[in-house]
Formats: sequence, C-alpha cells, structure tokens
Amino acid sequence: MSLAIALAGTGAVAAAAPGAIAAPSIEYSQLAPMLVVFSAAVIGVLVEAFVPRELRRAIHLLLTFGALVAAFVWTCVIAASSTIFAKGSAGHVAAMGAVAVDRPTLFIQGTILVLAAVSVLLIADASHDVSSFAGQAAAVPGSTEERAGLLAGLVHTEIYPLTLFAVGGMLLFPAANDLLTMFVALETLSLPLYLLCGLARRRRLLSAEAAMKYFLLGAFSSAFFLFGIAMLYGYSGSVSLASIASEASTGAGSDTLLFAGIGLTGVGLLFKIGAVPFQSWKPDVYQGAPTPITALMASCTVVSAFGALIRVFYVAFGTLTWDWRPAMWVVAILTMVAGAVIAITQTDVKRLLAYSSIAHAGFILTAVISASVQGLSSSLFYLATYGLSTIGAFAVITLVRDPGGEADHLSRWAGLGKRSPLVASLFALFLITFAGIPLTSGFMGKFAVFQAAVNGGATPLVIVGVVSSAIAAFFYVRVIVLMFFSDPVPDGPKVAVPSVFTGTAVALGALSAVVLGIFPWPVLALASRAASQLFVR
Amino acid sequence: MKVYIPILVLMVLAAGFAAFSVVAGTIMGPKRWNKAKLDAYECGIEPTPIPLGGGKVPVKYYLTAMLFIVFDIEIVFLYPWAVTFGNLGTFGLVEMVAFVITVLVAYAYVWRRGGLEWD
Repeated sequence: MSLAIALAGTGAVAAAAPGAIAAPSIEYSQLAPMLVVFSAAVIGVLVEAFVPRELRRAIHLLLTFGALVAAFVWTCVIAASSTIFAKGSAGHVAAMGAVAVDRPTLFIQGTILVLAAVSVLLIADASHDVSSFAGQAAAVPGSTEERAGLLAGLVHTEIYPLTLFAVGGMLLFPAANDLLTMFVALETLSLPLYLLCGLARRRRLLSAEAAMKYFLLGAFSSAFFLFGIAMLYGYSGSVSLASIASEASTGAGSDTLLFAGIGLTGVGLLFKIGAVPFQSWKPDVYQGAPTPITALMASCTVVSAFGALIRVFYVAFGTLTWDWRPAMWVVAILTMVAGAVIAITQTDVKRLLAYSSIAHAGFILTAVISASVQGLSSSLFYLATYGLSTIGAFAVITLVRDPGGEADHLSRWAGLGKRSPLVASLFALFLITFAGIPLTSGFMGKFAVFQAAVNGGATPLVIVGVVSSAIAAFFYVRVIVLMFFSDPVPDGPKVAVPSVFTGTAVALGALSAVVLGIFPWPVLALASRAASQLFVR
Repeated sequence: MKVYIPILVLMVLAAGFAAFSVVAGTIMGPKRWNKAKLDAYECGIEPTPIPLGGGKVPVKYYLTAMLFIVFDIEIVFLYPWAVTFGNLGTFGLVEMVAFVITVLVAYAYVWRRGGLEWD
C-alpha cells in the first residue's frame, strides 16, 4: 500500500518537473568581492599554465594584491550603499537566499581581506635567500629529485592562487545563509589550506605530517558538519538558516533530530575555530605548516569560522539559546583553561602561539554565548585586533633564523633581547597584547568580550576567563624574561633583516596593537554599528 | 513509519544480494590461479603484502581518474541544463559558460603540466 503511494508520488514529481523551473536571479554586484577573489584565483591558475616560470611571481603578486584590494574597496562600497542598508535595515539576502549581505558579514569580510593582504605579504617574502615554501613539494624529502629541483631553482608559485581560493572560501563561509552553501564554502577554504600546510621548505616531513593530520581531521569534522545538516534538514525540511529558526520556534517536529543537528553542526564549526575538545589538530598544524600559512590560518580562518559559527547559532538556533548555552559554557571553559594551562609546558614558539590561539578562541566564545548585539560587536572587535597582532607575531618568528631555517625552539630565543633589541621588543609587544595588558589592543578586546559576557549573565564564565588570562600571562611573561634576562646562547640564531614585505607586516601588527590599545574607539564604533542589527534572515 | 518500509525492504534485498553473491562465488566458483588476477585494477596499486619500490604508487592512474571525475561532474551539470535550457535562457547560458570556463582552466593547467602524458 505504502509502496504504491510512494510510486505514485515519484510519478507525480516526474510529471511536474519539465517546464517548472524558473531562472533564478543573482545579484552580481553584491557578491562582487567574492567573485573578484575567485576570478583572480582562476586567472592565477592560467598564469601557472601559460606564463614562463621567471615571470610568474611578479604577475601573481600583482594579481593577488590587486584582487584583495579591489575586493576590499568593493566591500566598503557595498557597506556604504544606501540601497542595501536603507533606513537602518539589517541587510539583504542575495543569490536566492544563499548568501547574506548584511552588516556583520561585511565587517567580517573586510577584516578577512585586510588580514589576508597582510598574510600574503609574508607568503610573498622570498628574501631569506629563499621563500618559506618547498621548491618541489612532490619530490621525496632528501631524494636526488629534491636536490635537482633545488639546483634548478624550482619554486611553487601555485601558493598564490591557492591562497586566493582559500580566501574566497573564507569570504563565503560567514556570508552563507543556508547550510549547503556554508558547507561548500567550508570545503573551498579548507582544501587549499591542507595543501599549503604541506609546502614548507624546511623540516618537510613535519610539514607533510601537519598537512596529513589537518586533512584527515578536517575531513572528519566536515563529515560531522554534513551529518548535522542532514539532521537539521530532516527536522525542518530546509537547509536555510531562517527556515530552521522558524521551524524551531514553532516547536513542532522531532527534538532528537534538532538537537543532534545542533550538536553535529556545532562540532564541525568548533573544530575550525579550534575549541577544546576539537583542538588537537591545532598545535601540530601550526607548528608544521610554513609560518606564513600559519599566520593566514591563525588570523583569517579563525575570523571566518567565528563568523560562520556566530551566524548559525544566532540565526538558525537563535530561539534555542537556552538549549545550546550549557554545552557552549562547557566548551568555552575547557577551551580557555586547557589552552592556557597546556601552553605553559610548550617549548616550541609556534606550538606556544597555537595554544595561545586556542585560549583566545575560548575568550571570544564567552562573548558569543551571550547571544546579544554586544556579544556580536565585541567578538568582531576582538577578531579584528587579534588577527593583526597574530600575523605580526608569526612574522617575527620568520625573522629569527638558524642555519637550517626558523629557530622554533624556545631555548634558542634566550637572550635575544641583548643581541636584537628591536625584534625582541616587538615580539614582547605582541606577547603583552596577547596577555591583555592595558594600553594594548588585546586588553580592549578582552575587556569588550568579558563585558558582553557579564551583561549576558555569564559572570562565572568571566571569572574562569580572567583566571586563565592570568595563567596565560605567566607564560607570555616567561618568554619575555627568557628573551631579555637570560644569557644569550653561544651560537644563537641570526636575526634576519626584514624585507619590505615582512617589515610592513610586523609594523602593521605592532601599530595596531598600540594604536587600537590607546585609541580603539573608531574600530569599536564600527564593530558596534556592524552588529547593531544582528544578522539578516 | 509506513513510508519507510519500502526503504527497509530495499536495504534487506541489497544486503541479501551482496551476501548471496559472495557466498555463492566462494562455494561454486572455480579457483584457477592466474597472475593477471593479482594485477593492479584501475587504481595502480600492487595488491601484494611487500610492495615493490617501497610502496610507491604510480600517480598516473590517479591523475586519469581525477580528470575523468572532473568531466563526469561537468556532464552531471550540463545534462539537466540542456533539458531546461529554454526556461533558463540567457542567465542559464552565462552561468553554464562560467562553469565550463572554470573546468577548462583546470584542464589547461593539467595539460600544460604534463598530466596527460602517460610516460
């Protein structure tokens, strides 16, 4: 009987299908920032295919920076447009409901584009005799092919289109207004990053291991996310965030499907921001990846993933705050405490910053949990300031070098302040910013997120946050003491003279740390204006 | 729950067929040794416990398979578009050309990098 109904049903669908499809409409001008970045990436692939080897780098630099700047300018133009934001509207839903063009999204996209441009400065730097990237990643480490490739002066210029593809995905990820678009964006940003992680010039096995771990765990978390989408589709009959929200507010349907869906999509998103217990990939990947790529991941990917996380939890699960909040409390507490405590035992600078990044993700989560306008605006401000100082810190790491590459081990940094006071002072400034000492941008960011958390009724969470900040301050200060008050190691690392590229990145990071610490109001005002209407539905 | 019964029946049938095929094959099939049966099948990986050359796998099969999948997916999108071409009009044409261009660019990259040369 039911079989007959099912057959009749499919027959009806098949009969109705031809002629029923209407052409969709796409607002190209509102999607232009993403389209520009993706087009530049595609042109970059063509450059790889047809342009002679010696010309490629220059063309890629022009193309990459041109695309990022053009996309940023266009984002500003959209943000200033009175047709989209007429009379204080929250924004506009473009591409048949697939992409949201609203204030928070534009703020996040602008942040990502600025951070990506600064990261590309590091990626493009080839001044330490060679770049940070392998000449021929397919050659087995230590093999004759590798040596032949090095002698021939091979370089991978594919890093530029790959970076652009990743950045394009990062722009779409927080803007996606339905879960399928979000999943496609997640994969678009992840796949190039997996590749880029494995392209380090030095310590290639470690780099390959990092890429492998990131790929396997990333694929695993994508599966969680996809399964969550399936559950939510089963619950609401739609993948659109707004439909899931309206279905959840009526309370009809199976709660099991809904909560399984929230949990599984949550796992996928929390993995990308590196929250405990989904953080295990972060130290290994941050350590093994080429440092410029680590900078890109620690800034842009985190911003993008937080944007997507906040959108999903505010829009789709916005009426279920009381249901997901307890779980997120646990995650936030674990993330802050584990990030700060495990960082103490680290002896590698990049691993140290990876755990510090985990702790920072926890601090931002305290504001996200409040599910308020203030929570959103303080998260936006924190992400922007933290991104800039992180890139600066990783830029300094690329400068402190041993004969075999970067001097990652902390013991090699002992007494650096006596031999290279400027570089050591700059690194100390970034560490102070991460610790959240007043008069730095880190303090303003922390103050904003904790204030949002208190106003959202999460005072215990803030107490945990302050305690873990104190723990974190201990290991930041320990590194500063090591640099300035220890005796220099005899054959210590050489500090490379920064090129224009790396120098600019360090300077921008340092400038943002100081200026936004003393005079944060313009960016704070921009963030609160961006958050004032929350998300468009 | 009733609507799921056909799916359940299908699953039981599929599982039953798989089990039947494997069991029937081992009981009834002749077992004549042939070197070709142990050869690489489509994936290029030698099915031996101690692989030659330290487990290195020729990448050619992978590249060919990858290209095949790219064009396969292209057809998956082209076919429904061809069916509803009249309804989608200029918009559909523009979008489809954009899609084909991206595939073409990837193809040009593979071609220029020697992905189509077997040796």
